[in-house]
Amino acid sequence: MSYAVKNLAQGSRELIAFRIGDQEFCVNIMSVREIRGWTKATGLPHSPSYVMGVINLRGAVLPIIDLSARLGMRRAEPTPRHVIIVAQVKNRVVGLLVEAVSDILTVTDENIQPVPEVSSDLEKQYARGILAIDKRMICLIELDALFPDTESEVA
Amino acid sequence: MDMNEIKEIFFQECEEQLAELESGLLKLNDGDRDPETVNAVFRAVHSIKGGAGAFGLDDLVSFAHVFETTLDCVRSNKLEPTQDVLKVMLRSADVLADLVSASRDGGSVEESRTRGLLKELEALARGEMPSGGAAVETPKPAPAKAAAPAPAAAAAPAPTDESGFQPIPFTFEGFGADEPAEDLSTFEVTFKPRRELYAKGNEAALLLRDLSRVGEMSINCDMDQLPAFDKMDPEEAYFTWTIQVKTAKAEQDIRTVFEFAEWDCDLDVKLAESSAEELPMVPVPFDLSILDDGASDEDGDDAGAAEAAAQAIAAAETASNVTKMAAAAARVEKKESQAAAAAAAAAANAANAANAANSAGQTIRVDLDRVDRLINLVGELVINQAMLSQSVIENDTTGTSSINMGLEELQQLTREIQDSVMAIRAQPVKPVFQRMSRIVREVADMVGKSIRLVTEGENTEVDKTVIDKLAEPLTHMIRNAVDHGIESPERREAAGKNPEGTVKLTAKHRSGRIVIELSDDGAGINREKVKQKAIDKDLIPADSNLTDEEIDNLIFMPGFSTADKISDISGRGVGMDVVKRSIQALGGRISISSRPGNGSTFTMSLPLTLAVLDGMVVTVAGQTLVVPLTAIVETLQPEASAIHSFGANQRLISIRNSFCPLVDVGRILNFRSSQANPVEGVALLVESEGGGQRALMVDAIQGQRQVVIKSLEANYTHVPGIAAATILGDGRVALILDVDAVVAASRGQSLRQDTGMKSDMSLAATG
Repeated sequence: MSYAVKNLAQGSRELIAFRIGDQEFCVNIMSVREIRGWTKATGLPHSPSYVMGVINLRGAVLPIIDLSARLGMRRAEPTPRHVIIVAQVKNRVVGLLVEAVSDILTVTDENIQPVPEVSSDLEKQYARGILAIDKRMICLIELDALFPDTESEVA
Repeated sequence: MDMNEIKEIFFQECEEQLAELESGLLKLNDGDRDPETVNAVFRAVHSIKGGAGAFGLDDLVSFAHVFETTLDCVRSNKLEPTQDVLKVMLRSADVLADLVSASRDGGSVEESRTRGLLKELEALARGEMPSGGAAVETPKPAPAKAAAPAPAAAAAPAPTDESGFQPIPFTFEGFGADEPAEDLSTFEVTFKPRRELYAKGNEAALLLRDLSRVGEMSINCDMDQLPAFDKMDPEEAYFTWTIQVKTAKAEQDIRTVFEFAEWDCDLDVKLAESSAEELPMVPVPFDLSILDDGASDEDGDDAGAAEAAAQAIAAAETASNVTKMAAAAARVEKKESQAAAAAAAAAANAANAANAANSAGQTIRVDLDRVDRLINLVGELVINQAMLSQSVIENDTTGTSSINMGLEELQQLTREIQDSVMAIRAQPVKPVFQRMSRIVREVADMVGKSIRLVTEGENTEVDKTVIDKLAEPLTHMIRNAVDHGIESPERREAAGKNPEGTVKLTAKHRSGRIVIELSDDGAGINREKVKQKAIDKDLIPADSNLTDEEIDNLIFMPGFSTADKISDISGRGVGMDVVKRSIQALGGRISISSRPGNGSTFTMSLPLTLAVLDGMVVTVAGQTLVVPLTAIVETLQPEASAIHSFGANQRLISIRNSFCPLVDVGRILNFRSSQANPVEGVALLVESEGGGQRALMVDAIQGQRQVVIKSLEANYTHVPGIAAATILGDGRVALILDVDAVVAASRGQSLRQDTGMKSDMSLAATG
């Protein structure tokens, strides 16, 4: 958080962009730990539909989130070409399943446009801005907002 | 390093010193009169005082100071460490421990407690004997005090005023009555070594020192035969010792001391007259330095027996310096090889003594996090190695390549590394056992019983997490044993038992687990009463026919408490079922055996570590699951004839003519929506928290394996029905089943189906 604030003050930050279906999204690069290929996850009973299960990340148990399903789009059907973005969200580490990583962007605040008024609450909840780059539209999402506090209380 | 860090180190050291102090006092209480023990106790208090002074912890300093003064009296033989004196000292040690933790955590200790004890300690230092009544002097709830018969107070009137403790004049008649257990007799030992004794490398001083361990002794050396210096034969023996030993042991024990010297000396052991004190002989306090001086004063400059003896004494004084002593002893007699053997034996004896004196080995303090990280890394190494072997086996068809051999060696190495790393976390159970001795003291005081705690196997090692989690259930059980298990002194006497009860706590390793036993010599379980209580509380049907063992196990049922009156010690109805649950949470089992009139024994068997678990790897609806082996009673292949439908959706399986609900794990965990055919699967008979048995249905058993436990909560959240996760040899994550939660859910499920809410398959909250 503090890093983001500091960068905001300086006016520039780096983002990592990825693709889900025909849409592009990006997150702050500082929250990304690593990017790895898809491996089959072990399913968890009684989990929300967007939790695909857990995998072994060098000895740690890493939950895998189907980001497409989490963002309210259709559920992903993972292929070996899918990638997992291992990201730090608050005090835990999660794996985000996306179709492909497309870009690393360095942007300043001027590049980020506010999210237009839309009816859906879900988009309002996670979207923090929109970037226009090479005629593409990339949505900046806030990972902390996708995984609310209720889960972190348990630890 | 700032002040706080230094202070933290001081408190850590305090913990060690307090443990040392308590174990020393307990040793003295058991009749150990080794001056080294007294010194160790004294040093412990002294170091705490010193450190506390540096940090300006005035309360601690002033208390430790008085304590130290009294201990000094014991050290200089001015005060006899009798059981009564030690009682006061043990309570002082408790208060000192409280003061230390109060200084660390910023709490405070009741002033009346410290003040009362300070007065007692000061009285002791002035040479006034404690009265037994002092035991109830500390502020206690009135009923407890009234109930306390103060076992040792027979000769002394109990003080009436709580704050104004009055030292009571003490007589030896009363003292004798105080300790009916101690049957001391005095032996008179005359010991006259011949020159052969020295020639064979034996040493009078060492024998006398050994003798001092048998009991309290006073010693007198007869030097009349010592010729003038110029006529002295340096290799001749001239001295005769007359020793009075006051001991509870038999004559045989005294003779054992001289076992190896018997043929080389004139030894006479006889029971002294009861009026031993009036013998004309002047008892000299046993002090090795006197011997030392006496010997070196008399002998010449030549290298002779006497000088060698002096050297040997000096060597023995610094006990660790064994080689020097052996050399000195060997010099006495070079001709006979036998002498060397004897010297070696003597050296070994001294070495043993030295070991006993500084048994604490060399240690370093390491942050627990670092050890845990190492353990995690090794865990990953083990998984990685397993994955590597698996892929080599898959890709290598020849099977006998050198790679395979290398892999096998790697496997052995990793396993060894894992074992040694686990051993780092292993700690002796001693600290927990020591805490228990304090609890026994306090509770026994509160209920007015006299109870001795005997511990065995304190050095048995187990993972630190297990130790930490063991303290609570153990405390509970000890309180129970003292409060309910042991009868009151009057009743014990009526039953012809020693009025002092004994609680025994032992630990040992057995087949890869640690077994802790807690036994008391009390009345045992009153089965009639237990059964009646269970019927009254609707825990069992009134007409049930139970075996003795089944009745004994009723005490583990939730909501069961047999105490007639609710005391603040036990009997709140959260007794043994909580103990059982916390033991099970550690992956352990607990059982009880009881003999009416002879007491009860609780046996706990716990895994040595919480980082790994023995599990059965099973398949359920295409998923691999691990079921903890501790929960499984048996596995069986159900036959179609044994499956009976029950109600709309329930099925029961008959096992040896009893019916047991069948639980489909796949459905409980939502892995499949329809019930599987039980005949195609395997049933695991499990015992759950509530005591009931359930047959868990799984599709197949893959095998049995030791798995490394990984937390799910670290990165995700608690999953109902799942205890934790693990990583299997193929690198994939497998879930570890929470048997209790699954069984609880199966109960909840059947309830919901009754009310027609069939769709709600979510698991009931586990608690």
